[in-house]
Amino acid sequence: MQLKNKLTSIIEWGTLLLSTLLVCFFLIVILYEIFSKGSAVLSWDFVSSLPTEGMTKGGILTPIVGTVLLTLLTALFSIPFGVCCAVYLQEYAEHNWLTRLIRASIRNLSGVPSIIYGLFGLALFVQGLHLGTSLLAAGLTLGLLSLPYIITTTEEALLRIPNSMREAALAVGATKFETIKDIVLPSSMSGILTGVVLTLSRAAGETAPILFTGAAFYINQTSLSVNQEFMALPYHLYMLSTQHQSIDEVRPIAYGTALVLIIVVFLLNLTAFYIRYKYRQNEK
Amino acid sequence: MKYKTRLSIDVLFKYIFKITGLLVLALLGAILAMLIYNSAAFFLDVRPTDFITGLEWNPTGADPKYGVLPLVISTTLVTLGAMIIAIPLGIGTAAFIAEYAGPRLKNILKPTIEMLAAIPSVVIGFLGIVVVGPGIANMADLANGLNALNGAILLAIMALPTIITVAEDAIHAVPKTYKEASYGVGATKWQTLRKIIIPAAAPGIIAAVMLGVGRAIGETMTVLMATGNASLLPTGMFASVKTMTATIAIEMGEVPYQTTHYYALYAIAAVLFIMTLAANMLGEYFINRFRKYHAA
Repeated sequence: MQLKNKLTSIIEWGTLLLSTLLVCFFLIVILYEIFSKGSAVLSWDFVSSLPTEGMTKGGILTPIVGTVLLTLLTALFSIPFGVCCAVYLQEYAEHNWLTRLIRASIRNLSGVPSIIYGLFGLALFVQGLHLGTSLLAAGLTLGLLSLPYIITTTEEALLRIPNSMREAALAVGATKFETIKDIVLPSSMSGILTGVVLTLSRAAGETAPILFTGAAFYINQTSLSVNQEFMALPYHLYMLSTQHQSIDEVRPIAYGTALVLIIVVFLLNLTAFYIRYKYRQNEK
Repeated sequence: MKYKTRLSIDVLFKYIFKITGLLVLALLGAILAMLIYNSAAFFLDVRPTDFITGLEWNPTGADPKYGVLPLVISTTLVTLGAMIIAIPLGIGTAAFIAEYAGPRLKNILKPTIEMLAAIPSVVIGFLGIVVVGPGIANMADLANGLNALNGAILLAIMALPTIITVAEDAIHAVPKTYKEASYGVGATKWQTLRKIIIPAAAPGIIAAVMLGVGRAIGETMTVLMATGNASLLPTGMFASVKTMTATIAIEMGEVPYQTTHYYALYAIAAVLFIMTLAANMLGEYFINRFRKYHAA
């Protein structure tokens, strides 16, 4: 009886362990596949030269530049807007129907599929505002997509600031805006930054919203203009793996692109964890 | 600075902050308006019943057919397959992390799951083409593995982090006293988990699953790359399928502006919006129920 009990509990524990291991196994397979085959093409030359010969040769500098610029534009559009909205909700908003409505729309916006943001960007920015398919239109689209996440994480960071700090500032005669600008925002900065960087790492890997708003198959220069189409790492990977005429020939470049994309996303994530870690240290 | 200027700056910023709040509201309103306006333009040309019950999607044929049913069924099939894989794995992993893993193991497992969540969908889709697809083709003796099963496996991997995180929170939030009472009457750890903890955390776990479903329905790149995109009524998990998201992604690039076909893609987006909204709202309902239940 003792033995039987022990055996069943081992089996039970084993079942749960197995499912956990399987989940870890997925990650290992993904990383192993991309790192082992991607590192074969990864070199300084690969990341610093332009795609050539119909993208069968050369590097991926153009998509790297495009992704960096796109992410910067996304940050430019979503951070001020998102942080202001979070400040409104956390510091000013009363508990009434309007606040509830705004909160409900933020939750709904974060559940809207990214392809619908793509359609919205196409209808509003590309066609409605006549921006054409461009870096600007794609950046605005990704900015809107990032907005709900930035608002939510900023709100959480603001929530952690004790009320006594606000009251102290108000007591020495600061206006509400001065309190927010000089006390609340600086002390919640690391929390806000963590959320911002995580959101941007997600935006950098998005493909669906830029499909119709400005990503291009091939551009023969590292263009810097916001009115032009651009190349981006995720879109480049999509094109190389499905739309290129000689898919097998460009496969090594696809692996290299996937590796660089993963490295970019993980570096951004690491930055966020580092900020969070430093923040926790300071808090103690 | 003069007190008066400081006060007017204060008031000015109060309104700026408020306007950004209202703009968020306007954003959701604008997305809804876009979907409704363009869908309405579509339904002026095509009868809604033909759209909703039509069994054929062929907008470029001589006699264009705009039946959305094959696309909805494809999306449902892939999502269902993903959930069959992801729900047991997700709940098992969540239970393991919450109940069995020690603090050190937890510190390894949690970042691992966050890493899985951080991998861009286009990379998962790529792996569907180069690893999972060929694997399926080999095992099932098919010409290629770009089918519903491939999409389901990949979507399961993408939905897992959401399911695990939310379910783990729910299991973790079950009051300790429940567990202690169960151990007190002589139940084993497994019995306690199955008969006490999981039922007590059920609303939270259902919420986790619904959020995973919402993610899977709305996912675009992975299904676009890995499921083959044949817009026929799917015949099973080994059939090539074309989901709603993939249809929009493929056809929007080729369709002339403001044609019936163009508007049709917005009508699909409207259906997609309703489906994800329903899944997410259900998820939220269960999260609230869980919180209320355990706050009491």
